[in-house]
Amino acid sequence: MISVDRISKRYGSGESSVVALDDVSLTVAKGEIYGVVGQSGAGKSTLIRTVNSLEKPDSGTVTVDGQNISLLQGARLRAARHNIGMIFQHFNLLSSRTVQANVELSLEIAGVERSARRVRVAEILELVGLHGKANAYPAQLSGGQKQRVGIARALASNPSVLLSDEATSALDPETTQQILDLIRNLSKELGLTVLLITHEMDVVKRICDSAAVMSQGRILEQGTVESLLTTEKSLLGQALFPLGEIPDTANTVVEITFNGVTADRPVIAQLARTHGIDVGILGAALETIHGHQAGRTRLELPGTAEVTDRAIADLRSQGLFVEVVK
Amino acid sequence: MIDRNDPSFWSDLFETILKGAGETFYTVGFSLLLTVIFGLAAGVLLVATETGGLLAKPFGSRALGLVINRALDLLVNIGRSIPFIILMILLIPFTRMLVGSFIGATAAIVPLTIAGIPFFARLVEIGIREVPVGLVEAAESLGANRWTILTKVLVAEAVPAITLGLSTTIVGLIGYSAMVGAVGGGGLGDVAFRYGYQRYSPEYMFAVVILLILLVQVFQSLGNIASRRLSHR
Ligand SMILES: Nc1ncnc2c1ncn2[C@@H]1O[C@H](COP(=O)(O)OP(=O)(O)OP(=O)(O)O)[C@@H](O)[C@H]1O
Ligand SMILES: [Mg+2]
Repeated sequence: MISVDRISKRYGSGESSVVALDDVSLTVAKGEIYGVVGQSGAGKSTLIRTVNSLEKPDSGTVTVDGQNISLLQGARLRAARHNIGMIFQHFNLLSSRTVQANVELSLEIAGVERSARRVRVAEILELVGLHGKANAYPAQLSGGQKQRVGIARALASNPSVLLSDEATSALDPETTQQILDLIRNLSKELGLTVLLITHEMDVVKRICDSAAVMSQGRILEQGTVESLLTTEKSLLGQALFPLGEIPDTANTVVEITFNGVTADRPVIAQLARTHGIDVGILGAALETIHGHQAGRTRLELPGTAEVTDRAIADLRSQGLFVEVVK
Repeated sequence: MIDRNDPSFWSDLFETILKGAGETFYTVGFSLLLTVIFGLAAGVLLVATETGGLLAKPFGSRALGLVINRALDLLVNIGRSIPFIILMILLIPFTRMLVGSFIGATAAIVPLTIAGIPFFARLVEIGIREVPVGLVEAAESLGANRWTILTKVLVAEAVPAITLGLSTTIVGLIGYSAMVGAVGGGGLGDVAFRYGYQRYSPEYMFAVVILLILLVQVFQSLGNIASRRLSHR
């Protein structure tokens, strides 16, 4: 649905120029929720803005629904944008318009006639949980409600793609969860493809099918969230399940990543019993991702190399992902 | 010297002031109308033609955008830097060409409008600049064209600020109109000058001053109220 192919973007020229995107590629499948995480200045906003051509890449192509977006201009670009909704960190609602009129703007632009607009706005406000708020002004709404208006406006013209630029970064944790759940439900219900950027790992954990980690204009790793968790030295895995510093010890230290079924097995007890090792637990982080238990445990394995090697081989034979970190 | 013991003194005063006020309304009303039309256009253009603006490249030409922007900016600055009394005198030939005379209420419209446009244009420009860029981006992401963004986003969101600018402009024009009046433009300024100053009647002078104060108060308050009503921030 969205295909970003080797795009680069530089701001300014000469000494003071900044490389915002450096040979970035990614593909978002239809109906998928794809998250891009990275620190401030990593180039996330620049990347997402190339997808609806608010920003043109210097090189490379961006294809949305089979159309090369960066080549489109004028009326054809505007028509393509009806198919790509976008929501923003600061909501960007018109303060002079009511909720109703804000959502209607999208349809006015798309050239929908008045009576049809009314019907569609009522429908979409219901869908985002804002019925009864049609005549309120944005200033009278909470942050979460404002973002719901933003979502309604973005989706009013029935786009197949939703772009989200830090849509929950201005919201408190509870409201963030509600908005994320709404986006996930809408995506499933409407078959919407979602590309979202965020600096919060929690967002990825909560709703993303796939993710990419960005830093200094480059993508460091990408793939489905599940596969990233079980990738050796995965930044995403480490960020989702932080275990802190590795302590100073003479013994072997391993990290086990649990995912899905393996999370239910009494792995550690079994290890101690079968190999006679006094397993020490140095740290553990467990999360529910897409309804599955997933997590990472750091274990200290005292004993000779022979014993620990055998233990590790045993763990791996059970289908566990094991990294020897010391 | 007017005889204040004359039995018709107060009714004369009343009539003269009323006529003067009528002329002031006429002059200010017309120049306001023209000021709003051209000042709004100039203010919008000032923002839109700057680098990175919505009309930075009118007809695909960046140079044209730059020229329009610089020229407008220069004109607005010139208009705002010439003291009104001098502008009025400078414009006499132009006024005479336009309306056939430089005396009278209609002739007064010319300098008032020329002074009003740059004044109002700056206020419109400031109002539009206060509209967050994010709103323009949101409209762009919805596929809006430039005209829609100008009208439905930039100007629509700046309406409360522009309304305040409007009342400030009205107040300014009333002040200027009194100045034009003193040199033959009719209206309240004319009354104050001819009756209050040349014929030493403090009653006329005071009546005009009080009426001007009232007018300014009323328009400023109306502007404030309207702006507050229109703003939903
Ligand atoms: N219009 C611009 N002009 C010049 N430099 C820019 C512009 N937009 C972005 N940059 C630079 O490009 C780099 C990437 O910016 P971008 O906004 O994409 O980062 P980001 O990952 O979205 O950061 P944040 O999380 O803070 O929003 C930064 O170094 C930024 O300073
Ligand atoms: Mg950003």
